[in-house]
Amino acid sequence: MTGVWFVLARVGRDRSALLGLVLILALVVAALGAPLLATHPDDVFELHPAKRLRPPSGEAWLGTDRMGSDIYSRLLFGARITILIGVIAVGASLVVGVPVGLVAGYHHGWLSDLLMRVSDIFLAVPQVVLAILIAQTLGPSLPNVILALSATYWPWFARVVYAETRALQKEVFVESTAALGASPWRVTALHVLPNIVSPIIVRASIGMGFTILTAAALGFLGLGPPPPTPEWGRTIAESREFLPGAWWYAAAPGFAIFLTVMGFNLLGDGLRDVLDPRLRRARSAGDG
Amino acid sequence: MRLFALFLHRLVWFVPTLLGLLVVTFVISRVIPADPVALVAGETATPGQVDALRRQLGYDRPLPVQFVTYVVQLVRGDLGRSLYTTRPIADDLAARLPATIELTVVAMVVSVLIGIPLGVCSALWRNSWLDHGLRVITVSGLAIASFWLGIMLQLLFAMRLGWMPLNGRISGFPPRGITGLLLVDSALAWDGPAFAGALAHLALPAATLAFPALATLVRFTRAGVLDVMQSNFVLYERAMGLPRALIVWKYILRNALTSTVTQMGLLFGILLAGAVVIEAVFDWPGIGTYAVNSIIRSDYNAVMGFTVWAGTIFIVVNLLVDVAHTLIDPRERTT
Repeated sequence: MTGVWFVLARVGRDRSALLGLVLILALVVAALGAPLLATHPDDVFELHPAKRLRPPSGEAWLGTDRMGSDIYSRLLFGARITILIGVIAVGASLVVGVPVGLVAGYHHGWLSDLLMRVSDIFLAVPQVVLAILIAQTLGPSLPNVILALSATYWPWFARVVYAETRALQKEVFVESTAALGASPWRVTALHVLPNIVSPIIVRASIGMGFTILTAAALGFLGLGPPPPTPEWGRTIAESREFLPGAWWYAAAPGFAIFLTVMGFNLLGDGLRDVLDPRLRRARSAGDG
Repeated sequence: MRLFALFLHRLVWFVPTLLGLLVVTFVISRVIPADPVALVAGETATPGQVDALRRQLGYDRPLPVQFVTYVVQLVRGDLGRSLYTTRPIADDLAARLPATIELTVVAMVVSVLIGIPLGVCSALWRNSWLDHGLRVITVSGLAIASFWLGIMLQLLFAMRLGWMPLNGRISGFPPRGITGLLLVDSALAWDGPAFAGALAHLALPAATLAFPALATLVRFTRAGVLDVMQSNFVLYERAMGLPRALIVWKYILRNALTSTVTQMGLLFGILLAGAVVIEAVFDWPGIGTYAVNSIIRSDYNAVMGFTVWAGTIFIVVNLLVDVAHTLIDPRERTT
């Protein structure tokens, strides 16, 4: 627990990391409290054709969309989808990528080579390109977007964990544990893994931002969850035919994506500074 | 000769990676779906039609046989036919490639010409207002959804102010095609108005595409320069009284840029992935728009062909970057 407080205290002193943390907390609050915070909570599914494409006002804070629904309320419910996609996709990538990286890093031989070559192939192609193919094959839906993003993001974790494990193997405490007769499972799970948690956390935070951006692009291309889901990327795609008149319709969801991704990126950068002593030294030397 | 051997060594990795890409796309397209033929045939096809198509496409044969056929076809440059236009996909992609290349290269040049000097300045005057200002730009560049940035630029510069054309590559007739790159073609034909038109059409999509790449470059150049500035040889050169400009622009930059060159491969990935969505926003007639239109029409073969194409281009570029890196950085050659 003291470790967590130490990290939080350091992050709190870094202004941009703190801003990132605040942005993420705001997103979580928006998602969890959507039914309470929304001024028109029923507008996710209800249509009001008479009120369509109204500019921002006291009644509809961010204006209304082509169906007359309140954009602000739909954005809040969209935050739920964004978090859901990000958390599950990054979580699944962790579950696949970390063991792959550990096994490939700790063992030497054909299995290690095979695992890393497979992840290299995934890393060799831009994520969005493979994700498009998977989402298109499986059909547009929320689970399929999550699947497409997980299937293309796990190699990033495998890479990071592999490199860190290989580096740790040369450490005396790992060598001596193995020499004492601990099984490879015991060494990797109890001695290697706890020491590489920091880079995994940093990668996960940056991965959240990256995954949310890709998910928005898939939604924009029509490969995301189908309407009337208030997914942010799809909302931007819908708004295009009403430009330049209804500028608020396109501006609001894009700005929400921007703030969310920036939050995760800033927190990731801040965590990297706090958790990686090597970088901290370089940074204080460079920036001091 | 050593360099040639090194090139061969990299090439040895190239073939398995490419083959791996084909395995991945094959698994995604033929193994994951419950019935890939039904997907190709479309929703309105009858079971009889689906069976006929299955035999015609050879999908009734065992998977390993299918895979070999698939690879042999691709090696011959055959990506199959589009289900929508029935034209060969390879021809469609080749016809659209110059537009994507023009857009990507211009974006790359813009981001390099602006990003690297800004990154150097940011490192030299660290913690100044310039550095803080640039930090805002780099942070936003990596957080903004590029399709949204494109739409906002269109809204402001094309729709509201009317300074720039909204979309497309050129208005009126394009210059006589030699390279397919409109800027080059119009320059070769001494066609001033066409050149200006092509440039005006290119401005917004290239700026949109360049923004995240520029942010990455500023970041990496800044970190690289700061890193090199700490090294002993810089301290030595300073002590020797070498002019600061010479130290910075010759010795520091050359050492700092080796990592930036590696970044260019990554950068190309960002640009290529970005081009898919940005082309769709600006109706830019490149391979990205082709991919997006194919998604909308459920033109399954075309999406598949695009993936293989984009993947291959990307792997080739990475290979070239590897080779370039060895040429620039002598330390790489010894290993």
